[in-house]
Amino acid sequence: MIFWVAKFQRKMKQLTLLGCAAVLIACASIPSGVEPSPHDPWEPFNRSVFEFNEGLDTYLLKPVVAGYRFVLPEFLREGIYNFFSNYGDLYTALFNLLQGKPDYAFNDLMRVVVNTTMGLGGLIDLATPGGLEKHKEDWGQTLGVWGVPAGPYVVLPFFGPSNVRDTFGTVADLESDYLFSIMPNVALRNSITGLRVVNARNTYYEAGDLLDGAAIDKYSFMRDAYIQRREYQINEGRDDEEPLMPVYENPYQ
Amino acid sequence: MKSHTRFFQCLASSLILISSAIFAQTPDQATAPDALIKMVVTEVMAAVKADPDIQKGNIPKIVDLVEKKIVPYTDMRRTTEMAMGPNWKKATPEQQAQLVTEFKNLLIRTYSGALSQLRDQTVQFKALRAAPDDKEVVVKTVVIGRGDPVPLDYRLEKTANGWKVYDMNIMGVWLVEAYRNQFANQISQNGVEGLVKFLQERNKQLATAKSAN
Repeated sequence: MIFWVAKFQRKMKQLTLLGCAAVLIACASIPSGVEPSPHDPWEPFNRSVFEFNEGLDTYLLKPVVAGYRFVLPEFLREGIYNFFSNYGDLYTALFNLLQGKPDYAFNDLMRVVVNTTMGLGGLIDLATPGGLEKHKEDWGQTLGVWGVPAGPYVVLPFFGPSNVRDTFGTVADLESDYLFSIMPNVALRNSITGLRVVNARNTYYEAGDLLDGAAIDKYSFMRDAYIQRREYQINEGRDDEEPLMPVYENPYQ
Repeated sequence: MKSHTRFFQCLASSLILISSAIFAQTPDQATAPDALIKMVVTEVMAAVKADPDIQKGNIPKIVDLVEKKIVPYTDMRRTTEMAMGPNWKKATPEQQAQLVTEFKNLLIRTYSGALSQLRDQTVQFKALRAAPDDKEVVVKTVVIGRGDPVPLDYRLEKTANGWKVYDMNIMGVWLVEAYRNQFANQISQNGVEGLVKFLQERNKQLATAKSAN
């Protein structure tokens, strides 16, 4: 934990400090009677960061995204989405290569070629209707494919659900991201990052409300969903891929 | 005389053809699980896309559609039982019935909300990987539209009344798994009765919130 905080501070000192301050203020604890989860030994800490993120979302990010939806017509928002999606596909192609999935990597590279040229620099996604499937890979998944265990569950300030492996993955993602850390023009870089955050939140604008309605305890809902989803993403596309079926044969019956 | 017989033969065979064509629309007990999912999903999507009321977010109308077209092919009792795990035995038969009803309503509301956002998406049905004598199968689909593709898998079991869906996987997350801890936590805090009350309250809130739009 200390380690990731240290690593984080290099790049995002202020952000982390803000998050830590929020943790100190909120200091949420596990509701009484809740069974501790074996995946989540740092639950009290994680719950405070979760509360901080929820507050940030309710009072800052979601209202901003509501404005974004009000101001920009849908085709523009879609163009922005497609642009960042196309940019991400280039990284996904590299990750699939690193993960030993050359067929996926080739598919992703073709997507970038098609969308960047005929899709006007990525603003239109012609590859998906053309039959080139969209994938999404990151450093955390790549490390997972290489056999790095997930480690305990962690909720990161701003980034939300994660685990120890994916925290390193997120740092590596940011470090290797051209638009986030390599591009020389800082002002442009910051504007692009802002737009990306808004775009990312916009993709699950409605789904977020549905989740709020469906959740009994949003914290553990998101945690259990995250753990399952990452497992699924890491096993995705393997040759021996069997549907990951949890065994529900109830030993208690 | 002979031509008469032939006429009736033709009539009989064409009647059989027609009736089988009609019945092919509605799945029955003998329908294979992947065919069942394909029929239900195709029908529901067509109904949603054809109805401007649903597109505008008329939730009661969608709930009605889901109740009629989807719920008959699900086994919500099994879903609830699996999500409850060992706590299922702690609930009285009345509580069990209440839990099934309330959990079903919560899921229907959530699912209806998702359906109301359906626009130009298409569903890709993947080939079924199962042995003919399997009692449990997973039917895999992918919803393709704006944004990232959403893998949506259905877990079915073979019952006396045909195949029934009892669990769903959305983007890698099994529904039952995602509710297990939530149910267990609520029960350890407030007991089975507490969970029933919580679900009742939530469903009431969702019903009023949606009708206000």
